[in-house]
Amino acid sequence: MNVEFINPFLSATIGVLKTMAFTEVQAGKPFLKKDKISRGDVSGVVGITGPPNGSMSLTFSKDCIVEIVSNMLGETFQEVNDDIKDAVGELSNMISGTARNDLGNKGYSFKTSIPTVVSGPSHEIRHMCKAPTIAIPFNTKAGPFVVEISFENGAPTGG
Amino acid sequence: MKPQLNLSMKILVVDDFATMRKIVRNILKQIGFTNIVEADDGANALSVIKQEKIDFVVTDWNMPNMTGLELLKNIRATETAKDLPVLMVTAEGLAENVVDAVKAGVDNYIVKPFTAETVQEKIEQILAKRSANS
Repeated sequence: MNVEFINPFLSATIGVLKTMAFTEVQAGKPFLKKDKISRGDVSGVVGITGPPNGSMSLTFSKDCIVEIVSNMLGETFQEVNDDIKDAVGELSNMISGTARNDLGNKGYSFKTSIPTVVSGPSHEIRHMCKAPTIAIPFNTKAGPFVVEISFENGAPTGG
Repeated sequence: MKPQLNLSMKILVVDDFATMRKIVRNILKQIGFTNIVEADDGANALSVIKQEKIDFVVTDWNMPNMTGLELLKNIRATETAKDLPVLMVTAEGLAENVVDAVKAGVDNYIVKPFTAETVQEKIEQILAKRSANS
């Protein structure tokens, strides 16, 4: 997959969490994800309209997201409740929007949908297309999370 | 010179996400503002604006039903509210969006993610410009 296309999502994730949640994150090695089962407890999914069409998702472990949202809102959270789900939606919105800006500056034109949030043990993430999903694992002091990106016909190869 | 902020001015925060309303509210409180009200969509925002004396609006761009841009156009078309300062918050700083917002009369905009310092700076810029033009 075109690195030029993955990097905006990676840097958007790092930047948004640092600025809005005062959370430092470390990116791991991207991998090809072949199933729909989430690698965490709560996910935000954003549809992306191009061409090419695709989607991105953020999946957080419970410990990770309660720490992030506690930092964001200055309140202490313990469980994945409605406030946490709303925050996951907003984080998905900000990260996809920031990546879209970056791609827009490189000549790509995308629209992003309003995020949907899914939660529960082993919940499924339904990407908008059947193309392979690239997953980027991240780690924080409070636990891991994963960003997934999937685009029809792979990523675009030029701007 | 920085304008003296009127910390008692009534600020309306509009966003469909409670999280972002809370973040903006926390930042405004951190700056020192004490009179903050919220609306979770454009229609409710217009209702608040018509019922209460609002001094400043901070609105999200990307909202269902009525976007921030549509809310802005409605504010500018409302005789009693047309001069309200409006700060737009957007996840997408795309040039065409900015042009649309400027044409519709936005005072300034912030691209997410943002810091408390950026919010304060934008509010000060808007009020300074308004003050210079009055």
